Amino acid sequence: MRRRGALFWLQLAFTLLVCAFLIAPVVLSILAGITNNYLIGLRSGLTLRWVFEVWEGYRDTVFRSIGIALACLAATLALGVPAAYVLARCRSRLGRAIEELLVMPVAIPGLATALALIVAYGGVSGLRTSWGFILIGHVLFCLPFMVRSVLAVLGAIDLRTLEEGAASLGAGFWSRFVTIVLPNGRSGILAGSLMVVTLSMGEFNMTWLLHTPLTKTLPVGLADAYASLRLEVGSAYTLVFFMMIVPLLIGLQWLGQPRRQAYARPEGER
Amino acid sequence: MLLPAGIFFTAFFLLPMARLFVIGGSGKMGWTAYAAIVTNGQYLRSLLSTLAVAAATTAATLVISGVAGIFLQRHRFPGSSVLVSLLTLPLAFPGVVIGFMVIMLAGRQGLIGDLARALTGETLVFAYSMAGLFMGYVYFSIPRVILTIMAAAEKLDPHLEEAARSLGASPWQVVRDVIIPGLTPAFLSSGAICFATAVGAFGTAFTLATRINVLPLTIYTEFTLSANIAMAATLSFVLGAITWAVLALARTAAGASVAAAG
Repeated sequence: MRRRGALFWLQLAFTLLVCAFLIAPVVLSILAGITNNYLIGLRSGLTLRWVFEVWEGYRDTVFRSIGIALACLAATLALGVPAAYVLARCRSRLGRAIEELLVMPVAIPGLATALALIVAYGGVSGLRTSWGFILIGHVLFCLPFMVRSVLAVLGAIDLRTLEEGAASLGAGFWSRFVTIVLPNGRSGILAGSLMVVTLSMGEFNMTWLLHTPLTKTLPVGLADAYASLRLEVGSAYTLVFFMMIVPLLIGLQWLGQPRRQAYARPEGER
Repeated sequence: MLLPAGIFFTAFFLLPMARLFVIGGSGKMGWTAYAAIVTNGQYLRSLLSTLAVAAATTAATLVISGVAGIFLQRHRFPGSSVLVSLLTLPLAFPGVVIGFMVIMLAGRQGLIGDLARALTGETLVFAYSMAGLFMGYVYFSIPRVILTIMAAAEKLDPHLEEAARSLGASPWQVVRDVIIPGLTPAFLSSGAICFATAVGAFGTAFTLATRINVLPLTIYTEFTLSANIAMAATLSFVLGAITWAVLALARTAAGASVAAAG
């Protein structure tokens, strides 16, 4: 191993500093969530009191967020996978234009999208007060991630040849979709699904405008807690959120490693 | 098969956006409301400070992520993959949580305040101001920019650097003449995403303080406190147009330079 120069250590120190900047507040907030009195510090002792308090007061937001995330996943799968398939089959100017259009809800701030939804559908009373209204916003925002993720995988394989082969053996459209497209797109569908659940669970900008007092989601509850409750409770609530979101993020990182992705779909090779 | 997505998208995005545009022009000011963002002093100030904090965020994030990303791509050492994981962990933290992270660092009971007190005897609190907002935006931009830069740095041809070095280029010259030009498309596209996100972000500013004067908060105030829906619609339409234009421009620019390089 060659000796590393001063430049290496300087860069390493810098990178570690950046890492500390990102991770220190996460660790601090976890500690604050299980400390009796954060102002005094860890000396005041550890407790699960704040976590229980959050669970008592905000349990419904946890379940609602999970429910919306799963519904959003189902909707983005149903809408996004077929759309990605079509876009993968026709890589034309029109296809790219449609893709551009579908991605717009990500390019435009959630605040604007939410306002647009409110001015258009806010008057529909049954919809405005239900969590379906939030779901619509989440699906709009998450759909591009599903489409892009599946498209990235399907675009890399020669779907046309595979399908022609199957068709010449007498496979109908539906059986080709189920036996060729879905298995080949598996890794993209999985990555897209994880992404959708993660994003839906954490979506705030749109949800803050779309929610009603009876349809609070977890991030909405977090904003409430940060604004009005003591730091320990806000931290404990954040801890609950981290416990839900961090496994998803680690799953995403794991999927994102190209080595494993290649390993996960040996049959996807041409 | 594109139809379900198409119907959903038209009904819940295109039509509402068109409605938002019409409502924006239906207020007291009529269609001139769309000019208010530059003619009205308050909105103009809000727009300028939004653009300023976004530009500062982009510059700081590109430098920080550029140094760390290239470093991590070039050097493998025990623990380097853990570092990458940690640096990209906050990737999908929502704005509100980022705001809370800033409070943990620079708030009234924050780490930076404690450190400053230990060093100078005075507590340093800046979470609830523009500086805090800037810190929050840098915080949530670092993970995504690092990912893009690492992916781009992986594709850089190491032979070019070796050639430059063997011709006697100093490390700084290698960075300036080989690495930075090679990474320009990645810098452009991730910088644009960073800028657009900072312009449109709402949760972080909302958590830190509602008196920080940035456009998304101005829109929110118009909508809730002043019940001025027309103005909120106008401003958010303009905001959306800005972020979309920035992203589209950067895509074109990055695409062109990729083509030029190829």
